[in-house]
Amino acid sequence: MRLNFHQQLDALKAQLMTMAHQVDRSFADSIEAYRTADLDLSQRVIGAEVQINMMEREIDRLAIDLLALEQPTAIDLRFILSIMRINSDLERVGDQSVSIATRVHELRSSRPFDFQVDIPLLASHAREMFTIAMRAFQEGDAELANSVLALDDEVDTMNADAFTSLSKLIADQPELAPQAMNMLIVARNIERVADHATNIAEDVIFWRRGDDIRHGGTH
Amino acid sequence: MGVGIEVKDLNAWYGSPHTLQGITLNIPANRATALIGPSGCGKSTFVRCLNRMHETNPTARATGTVRMGDVDIYADASPVEIRRRIGMVFQRPNPFPTMSIYDNVASGLKLNGYSNKRELDTVVESSLKKAALWDEVKDDLKKKSGASLSGGQQQRLCIARALAVDPEVLLMDEPASALDPVSTSKIEDLIFQLKRQYTIVIVTHNMQQAARVAENTGFFLSGHLIEFDATDKIFTNPGDKRTEDYITGRFG
Repeated sequence: MRLNFHQQLDALKAQLMTMAHQVDRSFADSIEAYRTADLDLSQRVIGAEVQINMMEREIDRLAIDLLALEQPTAIDLRFILSIMRINSDLERVGDQSVSIATRVHELRSSRPFDFQVDIPLLASHAREMFTIAMRAFQEGDAELANSVLALDDEVDTMNADAFTSLSKLIADQPELAPQAMNMLIVARNIERVADHATNIAEDVIFWRRGDDIRHGGTH
Repeated sequence: MGVGIEVKDLNAWYGSPHTLQGITLNIPANRATALIGPSGCGKSTFVRCLNRMHETNPTARATGTVRMGDVDIYADASPVEIRRRIGMVFQRPNPFPTMSIYDNVASGLKLNGYSNKRELDTVVESSLKKAALWDEVKDDLKKKSGASLSGGQQQRLCIARALAVDPEVLLMDEPASALDPVSTSKIEDLIFQLKRQYTIVIVTHNMQQAARVAENTGFFLSGHLIEFDATDKIFTNPGDKRTEDYITGRFG
């Protein structure tokens, strides 16, 4: 039995889950900061990025060490490769959160307007996908991971609707273009978070089953 | 060129223990096939049954069919002929200690009645070249004994000796387990060269070695062949839980 090695894999998993909680917190805070135009909260999101980046580097370092020193195979190899990919996706969810947080400044300097685009609803869908994907990872549940993939279509549709209505608004009322553009970027950031959640779910399926279903599983 | 080996329902006994139970697999020509598994799983017995080496043990017997091309190795040829066509290299290098390097390589040919010096010279040189040993020993061929070489060189000498009788298949039973990493990588490089011309079957406890050198890998457990597949499949996504448990160290 390679007890020490398997304990190190468990520790790596725990570290990735800690990072996932931090990233989830940042994403939720960025949406709340945007919704309430809360500059302090947006600054906290921006400040947390440093720590997320540090966690990413540390997890990569541990994973590379295990690859080099333990020469993992089969499910252990797939697990470490999945960890490295999920690590990168988590860091990028952190980046999207920072991008949303930086929009709060512009939001505060423009006059309020009801754009009929429900950013918190879009975000709650993306966050649900992220939460399910990370729970699937925690529990090693490929079935649960599979359920995330269907949810992505819904977020894509909501984002496309937002794009259509905001584009029309910009054409009809050009004076509102800066605010509408601001919101378009935020919608796009949220859609990217959903894409990262999808990637994470795909990595969980690869880890558990060895199936590469990215890009529809085609070449 | 190498030929493939087709094994059907091979069973073997050493005394009463049933050490191989119904093994069926095809070993493809001009490829390296690795056999892995815990000690006592039957993988060494299996390779010994491929060239009838098991018959050197009076308590051993085997049933089933082993074919090399058109030849049924248990029915159509003598053990001596089979062992010429299916050479073997063992874990511990075993050069004939009192013989020179030259005589070690030429010994098989001489036993088969070759005496033409020019012919022997040619075969000794080409065998040592194929075994990647020629440059290191060419000036001492008749001056030094086989036993005076380093462990890694001795193993390559044994490979040259096996190649000198022009086999089609080379069986290697843990050929690098007694060697340092440099000598091991020379043997592994050699396997890559040799499989162009020969069919290689390698028994190894070193799973990374199996992963590095072999196109196909078989996993043995308790006398059974649990799984036989492309090496990359075995090491990334094996089909059988027992294979996965073994290669990931969750076994035992």
